[in-house]
Amino acid sequence: MPGRLRHRPGGVAGRRHHSAGPHDHRVRDGTLRYGSHVNVDVTPLPGIGVRKDFAIRGGRRVGVISHRDGNLELIVSEADDPDTTVASLALTADEAATLGNLLGTPQLVAQLSEEHKDLPGINTRQLPVTEGSPFDGRTLGETELRSRSRVSVVAVMRAGQIQPAPEPGFTLTGGDMLVAVGTKDGLDTAARILAKG
Amino acid sequence: MNAEHTALVLVELGAVFFGLGLLGRLAQKIGMSPIPFYLLGGLAFGDGGLVQLGGIDEFTDIAAEIGVVLLLLMLGLEYTANELFTGLRRSWVAGVLDIVLNATPGAAVALLMGWGWVGALAMGGVTYISSSGVIAKILNDLGRIGNRETPVILSLLVFEDLVMAAYLPVLTAVLGGTALLAGATTIGVSLLVVTLVLVVAARYGRYVSAVLYSENKEIFLLKLLGAALLVAGVAESMHISAAVGAFLLGIAIAGPAAHSAARLLEPLRDLFAAAFFVLFGLTTDPRDIPPVLLWALALAAVTTLTKAYTGWWAAKRSGIGTVGRARAAAGLIARGEFSIIIAGLAVAAGVGDSSPGAGDSQLAALAATYVLLMAGFGPIAARLVEPVVRKARRSPAPQATP
Repeated sequence: MPGRLRHRPGGVAGRRHHSAGPHDHRVRDGTLRYGSHVNVDVTPLPGIGVRKDFAIRGGRRVGVISHRDGNLELIVSEADDPDTTVASLALTADEAATLGNLLGTPQLVAQLSEEHKDLPGINTRQLPVTEGSPFDGRTLGETELRSRSRVSVVAVMRAGQIQPAPEPGFTLTGGDMLVAVGTKDGLDTAARILAKG
Repeated sequence: MNAEHTALVLVELGAVFFGLGLLGRLAQKIGMSPIPFYLLGGLAFGDGGLVQLGGIDEFTDIAAEIGVVLLLLMLGLEYTANELFTGLRRSWVAGVLDIVLNATPGAAVALLMGWGWVGALAMGGVTYISSSGVIAKILNDLGRIGNRETPVILSLLVFEDLVMAAYLPVLTAVLGGTALLAGATTIGVSLLVVTLVLVVAARYGRYVSAVLYSENKEIFLLKLLGAALLVAGVAESMHISAAVGAFLLGIAIAGPAAHSAARLLEPLRDLFAAAFFVLFGLTTDPRDIPPVLLWALALAAVTTLTKAYTGWWAAKRSGIGTVGRARAAAGLIARGEFSIIIAGLAVAAGVGDSSPGAGDSQLAALAATYVLLMAGFGPIAARLVEPVVRKARRSPAPQATP
């Protein structure tokens, strides 16, 4: 709710961000922290919605405008003038979720692979639930992945958010990205099951 | 009403709306707000215009009233009560500067024209209030919603809207011309009611939404429109002005109900608001314009600069760079619907007539010309400011880009 955020209008340049612990998602002076490296500025846009953006290393700002009617817009600022947006792309909820997963899942997989690198034979892979998948709209339990391919689904990426350790009752939808751990053959089988049933 | 009369009314109304449609299309083609075109359309017909229209006065009078109610209802829908309060807290310094800089020129001209304090109060409002409709469209069309100066512009607009909620009942009371004590009581009562409604809307807005909301579009539209006219009528009978009643109702409606309400009402608002602008043009005699033209031009020039300075200052205060400041400055210039609403209230009360009761309002002519200029120039300024500023920055400083 934009009105609740304590934030000065204008996404003030050069403002110091409070330090916060990793994975601290609380709003603090309109600054959200994702992970431990990026400060996201949250700016209410009265009558329009909320803008959430952050400066990337090159100096540009990248972010999202959540319109009040639920539409999302991806914004990118100009290189030499961070006040100006050069690109704004309207995305549907599905498109935004897919983009979020494309950007977010590799890090999670890389992180898991890193943790498993001392255990030969164990692989981590991202498995997409496509729009036309037979499990679009059904639960994770119904896929019977565990018994049919012996892989474990350790997380589901949806709309850029990580859902860790999903329960069998977790309902899948098209655009979800499952992060699965298993043997190479098992993961191949699991991918086939998700695509064809 | 006999058949012949009905036929005439239908033909005239049809011609008016069709003409407005063509004007609107022209405006869209050249990337301008349709408001000045509607005003011109109204000026061309009616008193002292090219063609006299008779017989549709009754309809246009009511339609214009509904237009005002819908304009304010939609304005209220745009912001939640919480957004208004945070807007007030955050941008009151810039907001006060905005009032001082932009209301003063209008008030001064009204005093010079001999329209008295009441005229000064009205003209101050006309030159003060930016057009949130025109400005929102500019931001959208030019893809500036993601820009960093945009929240500065928006919070100034929010502040102005809040000022309107207090200003309109005061203006209505003063225009009512009641005795000082009674006038003060009316103002006190209306301000109290406005504050009370705002606080209640902030806390219990969801109940209002729940009562009005319906999944069915048709039912929702009827309930919404019915409630708006009821509240507006009750407010008017309490001398708070129908417009404020509708505005407060709009604020009280929140959440998903507000979005679908805005979507449902938009075409209706466009229709009736067009009728409102035309009626204002109709009641303005174009022959009154030449004597006030120089004043209008002077006001336009001065308030362009004062509004631009307000935007520049507010953007600078929020740490925005030069180009962004210039965009905020030019983006706020446009005046439109609310200036005309204020002028309409004053004209209806007979302020600015050359002699009492003459009904030939010079104030109407001045306000119409002023809004013609500002609603026309505002979007152009917003569009041109960026290339102009960049060019100006580039030529004396060639190191900027290769």
